Amino acid sequence: MIKIVPEEFDPFAEVQAYQKKQQALSGKYGATNVFVGTMRDFNEGELVKGMTLEHYPGMTEKQLDAVAQEAEQQWALLDSLVIHRVGDVFPDDVLVLVAVWSVHRGDAFDASRFIMEALKSKVPFWKKEILADDQSRWVAKNTEGYL
Amino acid sequence: MTVSIKVRYFASLNELLGRSEDMLEFDQALSVADVWVKATESKVMPDNTLAALNMEYVALDCVVSDGDEVAFFPPVTGGQYD
Repeated sequence: MIKIVPEEFDPFAEVQAYQKKQQALSGKYGATNVFVGTMRDFNEGELVKGMTLEHYPGMTEKQLDAVAQEAEQQWALLDSLVIHRVGDVFPDDVLVLVAVWSVHRGDAFDASRFIMEALKSKVPFWKKEILADDQSRWVAKNTEGYL
Repeated sequence: MTVSIKVRYFASLNELLGRSEDMLEFDQALSVADVWVKATESKVMPDNTLAALNMEYVALDCVVSDGDEVAFFPPVTGGQYD
């Protein structure tokens, strides 16, 4: 399931509620991998006090759905849940949740990582940061995720 | 033959052009690149601009049809990784 939300959400409560609701998972899953992306208060050497997450309604959901489907074709996933925040966000706010369920851990780890990487390169979201002096700037690039 | 399309601009391109969309009508076959030229009165397209046709990524030489939605936007930045 894919969700784009304009307000704060609790990723762990979402995972728990979704898992409970998906009765087909019961007794079948041996691995759940949960990734939560959170907003930092610094970027490229500057303090960041807030951010606006813009998206392209319709295309964002379409591309996110395609990424999740690709993951489901590539790995033996039982289910997946992706929630992405949009609008005005602040440090410590949760920006993204990726949860996947599978029989064994390998598929869960790999599919979760794939979904995050694909999301960041293909799904239309843009970030505008507000710095400490109220100047704003568009985040222009993604850097490596494993530094 | 009149072709009507909607053109949308996101993020920094929205700011650059000072608007989020245009409605365009024309009577010959146009590519996505032609749409940019026509809609922006030949403004230089910023490097790395991406284009979508009906919410799917396309190359700039893709031809548009009546009722299409064309969008232009900068590279997506779901987040800084490091």
